[in-house]
Amino acid sequence: MQATDPDIQWVEPPKLGLGERMYLPLFLQGLTTTTKHLVSAKVTVSYPDQEPEIDNPLIYRGVHRLNRDEQGRVKCVACFLCATACPAHCIDILGVESPWEDREKYPESFTIDELRCIFCGMCEQACPVDAIELTSLYNLTGRSREEMIFDKEKLLSVYDATKDKEPMKSAQLPPVTTPSTATPSTATSTSPTEGGA
Amino acid sequence: MAIVLIDGQEIEIGDDERLNGIQVAARAGVEVPHYCWHPGLSVVASCRMCLVETGKRDADSGEISMLPKLVPGCQTPARDGTVFVTDSEKVRQARAMVEEDLLIRHPVDCPICDKAGECHLQDYHFEHGRPERRADIKPFHSRRRELGETVTLFVDRCVMCTRCVRFTREVSGDAELMVVHRGAHEEIDVFPGFPLENKLSGNVVDLCPVGALGDLDFLYSQRVWFMKQHASVCAGCSTGCSIQVEENQDRIHRLKPRENPHVNQWWMCDEGRYGWKYVHDNARCLAPQQKTEGAWQPLDWSDAPAVLHAALSGENCSPENSPPKNSNPKKRRLAAVLSPFLTVEEAYLLATYIRQYDENAVLALGRIPQAGADESFPNGFTIRAEKCPNRRGVEMLLSALTGDVLSWESFLEQAAETPFDAVWITGGYPPVNGNDGAGEDVASEEEKSLATELPAGLASSTLIVQDLFDSALWRQADIQLPSAAFVERSGSFVNAGNRLQSFEWAIRPPAGVMTEGQLYWRLLDRDGLYNARRVLEDVAREHIAFAAASGEIPATGRDLLLNQLV
Repeated sequence: MQATDPDIQWVEPPKLGLGERMYLPLFLQGLTTTTKHLVSAKVTVSYPDQEPEIDNPLIYRGVHRLNRDEQGRVKCVACFLCATACPAHCIDILGVESPWEDREKYPESFTIDELRCIFCGMCEQACPVDAIELTSLYNLTGRSREEMIFDKEKLLSVYDATKDKEPMKSAQLPPVTTPSTATPSTATSTSPTEGGA
Repeated sequence: MAIVLIDGQEIEIGDDERLNGIQVAARAGVEVPHYCWHPGLSVVASCRMCLVETGKRDADSGEISMLPKLVPGCQTPARDGTVFVTDSEKVRQARAMVEEDLLIRHPVDCPICDKAGECHLQDYHFEHGRPERRADIKPFHSRRRELGETVTLFVDRCVMCTRCVRFTREVSGDAELMVVHRGAHEEIDVFPGFPLENKLSGNVVDLCPVGALGDLDFLYSQRVWFMKQHASVCAGCSTGCSIQVEENQDRIHRLKPRENPHVNQWWMCDEGRYGWKYVHDNARCLAPQQKTEGAWQPLDWSDAPAVLHAALSGENCSPENSPPKNSNPKKRRLAAVLSPFLTVEEAYLLATYIRQYDENAVLALGRIPQAGADESFPNGFTIRAEKCPNRRGVEMLLSALTGDVLSWESFLEQAAETPFDAVWITGGYPPVNGNDGAGEDVASEEEKSLATELPAGLASSTLIVQDLFDSALWRQADIQLPSAAFVERSGSFVNAGNRLQSFEWAIRPPAGVMTEGQLYWRLLDRDGLYNARRVLEDVAREHIAFAAASGEIPATGRDLLLNQLV
């Protein structure tokens, strides 16, 4: 790119006022912050001896889980919206025709590369059926790269392990009073924030 | 010259043009949404999505008088002085009402619908629909039934545009599909015991503006927004339908027809539509090899020019390959067989390369695969018996280069009489599936024999074989070069109607394969990457038969007989 490119916006540094040039007020400002933290309550914990407390597990973005429906089947319908939304391309789905009467499509395999994942929570927002959720499990470790690629069974087992502590977020949403919107994706897109409130 | 007013914009149309409101609006850059209308089918004006205001401008006074009611744009012919208004409040409200009505009975299962992303119902709802549903209806599971071997129907997703029904009546001519029940209970169906199984059945899936008709071959294999579209030409038969190759990460997921009024209109046959599977076949030849002292040695592509030079020029040739009677080792008798699967450019480059070594090298046309007879449909669409894309192109090139077209059979006879020193045979034929079941036997006797035994007369020559799949020829070769499939090539095919269509590669060849074009380009010591466009310019300049191919080739191809006295 050339310096004359019209896309470049040249910005001048702001002119310093008297206070800023004196340096002292800013110095004091910074020192006040430091002193405040010196005397205030500690927020750091000595992990792993001590586990940090998670304020609201509903909005925490830890390990993924795949939710089950009422019949214990994977809730996911293999629509690929999470894989589409994923900025790290860590979700790999193989969608096939489902073996069940009432469902059309389901994921034959569903893998998330937890090492690639950046835990942004976009998959959760994109999901039209609240099948993928981020739990509050944060201490994610493994002995190999392969171990960190979570398959469908493992993601479902995360659900089994966390469902009592963290119920499905869609169950905690207030009942819909306004007329439902035309597309299912818009109807559920606000669930994570509302569920956490 | 007729002048039509579209939203105040004056559009000129020719006197002999018979256009409707939708088509004229498209010329003005205005899109009139429509479901049931399709340029290739009859007009029923049943979906009511294209409702527009229309009127007439008096030729003398210039005064415009509008009709009080909305009319379907698809059914309203554009004449001199016709006025269309497509963006008034009245029209917008009508569209929103149609959309709302369609969505009352729609399952809204977009997340699992294969059409999502290219669905007219989605697009039009986004653009013209109401922001919210007034009826309290939840998404539900669509009923589904199979219409035939290749097509499935999601009953509740249907918007009853009846495009598919009209297609089977007007284009394929078998009329398998029909509408059963009346009113809000209308459904598409087949008569019991008469499934949808014509040779154009896949087109109904493309025609369906919503996700009601699904292609069982493509169903759930890929979401449409992951795929990239590449304009290409079908290599299934010598009709050479304009197609669109849809791939993701070098894997084809489906082929769709591309509109070309001169070749295939809007359609393609199922044979071509599902005939690409061999491209991803595991049995494909992937490694170049050469035979040294009876044993196969892997050949590196970077060494290929030197090895091929040695094989063709006879230098450093092993004693059993060089004929003892030939007194002058420089004067070798060479031949090249140009397959009808090669593009014009590739055939030209190979011919040029061979003629560097022997200016009288024999150039022959490869074997022409035939299956059955030509099959025509009521609207003129033809499936040809000649199952190769570029017979005409190679023939025209051969007659330009040699003044004659030597067929594969006469070439074999000639080879049997006086063996060649070296023969370069190009292939690219899809695999022969002749030995499974007597009913499905489409391969001719010749194809079967070629798959098992080497033609007499080639055994004593140095054989360079370039092919997709293993065959007797391939096994007998001295140098094996894997070939590229049609979607991996760039170049031009000339179809049975002498129409030249250019295309670029859609996917990269599998690892180990170099496309013919790139190899020949490198053998001829040209710089950079193979550029089919530049080669075609050379061909058009040198050979009068290809004169029409100079300059930019339009997407619908160019007639090579244009301005030629034939």
